[in-house]
Amino acid sequence: MQALLELDQVSKHFPLRGRGLFGGRLGTVQAVSEASLAIARGETLALVGESGCGKTTLGRVAALLHRPTAGRLSLDGSDVAGLGRDALRRLRRKVQTVFQDPFGSLNPRLTAGFSLREPLDIHRVGTPSDRNARIAELIVAVGLRRDDLERYPHQFSGGQRQRIAIARALALDPALVVLDEPLSSLDVSVQSQVLNLLAEIKRRRGLAYLFISHDLAAVEHLADRIAVMYLGRVVELAPRDLLLRQPAHPYTRALIDAVPRIEDGRRRRAVLKGDVPSPIDPPKGCAFHPRCPRAEARCRVQRPVLAIPPGRAAAHLAACHFPLDPA
Amino acid sequence: MTRYIVDRIVQSLAVLLVMSFVIYGLIGLMPGDPVDLMISADPKVTAEDAARLKALYGLDRPLLTRYGNWLKAALGGEFGYSRLYAKPALVALGPALVSTTILVGISFVLSLLIALPAGVWVATRPDGPADRTVNLACFAGVSMPPFWLAILLILTFAVGLRWLPAGGVPTRSDVGLGEQLRHMVLPVATLTLLQIGGYLRFMRAAMIETLRQDYIRTAQAKGAGPARVLLKHALRNALNPVVTVVALGFGGLFSGALITETMFAWPGMGKLILDSIMGNDFNLALVALLFATLLVLVGNLLADLAYAWLDPRVSFTEREGGP
Amino acid sequence: MSEALALPAPGDGFLGRLGRRPLAVASAAILALLAALALLAPLFAMLSGIDPNAVDLLQRLEPPSAQHWLGTDDIGRDVLLRLLLGGRVSLFVGLTAALASAVIGTAIGLMAGYWGERADALLMRLTDGIIALPLLPLLIVLAAVDLTKLGLSAELAGSETISLYRIVAIIALVGWTTVARLVRGAALSVRTRDYVLAAIGQGASPWRVMAVHILPNVASPIVVATTLSVGNVILLESVLSFLGLGIQPPLPSWGNMLTNAQELMTSAPWLAIWPGMLIFVTVIACNLLGDGLQDALDPRAQE
Repeated sequence: MQALLELDQVSKHFPLRGRGLFGGRLGTVQAVSEASLAIARGETLALVGESGCGKTTLGRVAALLHRPTAGRLSLDGSDVAGLGRDALRRLRRKVQTVFQDPFGSLNPRLTAGFSLREPLDIHRVGTPSDRNARIAELIVAVGLRRDDLERYPHQFSGGQRQRIAIARALALDPALVVLDEPLSSLDVSVQSQVLNLLAEIKRRRGLAYLFISHDLAAVEHLADRIAVMYLGRVVELAPRDLLLRQPAHPYTRALIDAVPRIEDGRRRRAVLKGDVPSPIDPPKGCAFHPRCPRAEARCRVQRPVLAIPPGRAAAHLAACHFPLDPA
Repeated sequence: MTRYIVDRIVQSLAVLLVMSFVIYGLIGLMPGDPVDLMISADPKVTAEDAARLKALYGLDRPLLTRYGNWLKAALGGEFGYSRLYAKPALVALGPALVSTTILVGISFVLSLLIALPAGVWVATRPDGPADRTVNLACFAGVSMPPFWLAILLILTFAVGLRWLPAGGVPTRSDVGLGEQLRHMVLPVATLTLLQIGGYLRFMRAAMIETLRQDYIRTAQAKGAGPARVLLKHALRNALNPVVTVVALGFGGLFSGALITETMFAWPGMGKLILDSIMGNDFNLALVALLFATLLVLVGNLLADLAYAWLDPRVSFTEREGGP
Repeated sequence: MSEALALPAPGDGFLGRLGRRPLAVASAAILALLAALALLAPLFAMLSGIDPNAVDLLQRLEPPSAQHWLGTDDIGRDVLLRLLLGGRVSLFVGLTAALASAVIGTAIGLMAGYWGERADALLMRLTDGIIALPLLPLLIVLAAVDLTKLGLSAELAGSETISLYRIVAIIALVGWTTVARLVRGAALSVRTRDYVLAAIGQGASPWRVMAVHILPNVASPIVVATTLSVGNVILLESVLSFLGLGIQPPLPSWGNMLTNAQELMTSAPWLAIWPGMLIFVTVIACNLLGDGLQDALDPRAQE
């Protein structure tokens, strides 16, 4: 089956420029390096990693907001790279984003209705009255009322604002929605409501999610597959249960252990030591080696590639010279 | 820091170079040209003579070539001859610069001496009657057409009361210092009145902003007396932006006194610029305009350096432990 | 800065806040009155039957009378009518040049702030360069430029209309820097907001992003800066016209009505008083109104 969105060896580097007209290049932030992912129609792929690992950048590349520095990106089987600016703008309606902070993602001067209508106005979907009917339907679909369309962002709670942002992302009937930490700025009590809303929308509309989070616990209910990123690279990619129960990469293990769980009483929290290295100057070899409990000489020189570790299912990929044994 | 200064100087020189081209081009668009002026003085010159003269002076070449030649000469210190003064343009510029420096210098110091203390004073009683009155007076100052202020002062003090001369500079060297000073009173007063408003409002705003800061409240809470808080803590920090703004404006004063100098027949830079433009003295106009630009650029450079030097984060921590 | 509050909707306390500033309200009223009088000047001329340009050397420098309320000037023209007509010119120049500056400044500021990087560095160098120029001498040079050398016919170059538009053009040419800096700053800060990213993600064009998301954020500083610059423009126009480089007689402007005032100071001081007074009142009204608007539009000032 053809993937909805396919990233093939995609890199996104940002130049760090000096000030001024002829400011020289001071370095490069290697936000994403050689990432390969595919998302099928209706699938939820979770993208997990610590802050600064490049997951947001990868999400923005997937949403066609950043052009990749290298690699191929195809949507519905057609290559996006060669598209001109206008064609790219038209294509963007297929992938929509829900941002982390609904305070920032809704223009404070515009009513909820205006924000919801904007994507329809941009693409001139239907007649003006069609658009009004559509936004009325959308606001109800995310659990708000019609008269909320007249209100301004500051008149809503955080959870309500995020519902509006979700409704806006749905306005153009996208095939894929990039959820960029959609829960982490919300109160814990509201998080599960929004999560349930996302699950319900997915069930009803059959759309695909790229669910970005720093928190494994937040994605596990919704994710079909999980990708783990570290310092700009995908280090492990597997179906949810395989990844959570039998991680192959030591970093994934550490992430899982960092999630506090009530049910398993034993505490074996191998909390990571040290800080995430700088993406301007990532370590040679395996980028994780300075913090890895299993690191050996080889890890310092040779970068592991994403491959099926010995004794694992074909759907399970990890980039590690010394993967963990299936428990 | 050194690198920063070098960078800024290079930038300023680049602006000066670009401006020299722009001004050169604009001057070329002024009514008449040097040869036409020569011809008008001598009815015997024929059209062929004119063409030959134009070729001789290179006036038939493209603008860029002429500019290139001018620049080469200028870099060698050769700015051509002033028609009006019948001497090298640079030589004509000298005395004007001195006159302007005296006029601008005195009014600048005077207006700061009035504006800064007054600004601090009203900042301590914001929105009181004194503040409102001073504020309105400041607005009056910055809204005053300079030539009208000069007219009003002349009408009152020279025409009406006959206390002071209406302008000019005593040319005979035998007049005493007192007479020279009397001639300076009205132009200095005009320039000072025009400047005070801006400085005062800026000082007041900077002071009010500083007095709002947390560290001022902390100092007050620690029991520092009001005068001490005002002088030691607030004033020093409030002065930083004021110094920057004052330096930014300073370079412009030299040419900005143009109207005042013209009204009072004060032989300074501004009057020289106006006279040379109106009198088709292109060489002099060019060098005077470039000099005026240079002065503004130097003012900007000083403002930037003052800003870097007075950076509040640096100065506050370094000086806190001092006596 | 909480930009959510930067431009309160009209009626949402904004007019109320402005209303609590009597100086600003009085200034607005004075400006409205001056504008109305200036607009109606031709009507007054018609009703009184006086031709404001008619030279009458038998009635030179007449003191105020029933026929000439403010007397006559040095060639016998009615001073009051010429003041009103001059007001038309000065206010027209002030408004159009300030608006043109605002438009140029907004366009340049948006380009610099939205596209950033090289375009930004280039445009801001240009802005710095213009700010670093000695303004008045430069304006004098620009005003003295011989338009026939730029290819205009001698007839056109010498016409009244050209002197009017030329002054608007040269002031706008150097006056846009304040607005450009304001808009650039706002565009830079707004550009990175998620709601702008969201709009781009929906496929919005840069023009739409600028119009819907960036411009409303800078509307109030632009309004304030433009109000203040109307006053400055009127001041500059009067200076240039006073020097004989701005509005060309017989078209009256407050500035050129003062050109001969210095010579006539002893014989007819009123000729020197009135035009200057009107310039002064108009400029101070613009400045006070701008200041009042700034406070009324800036919620921080309420604290």
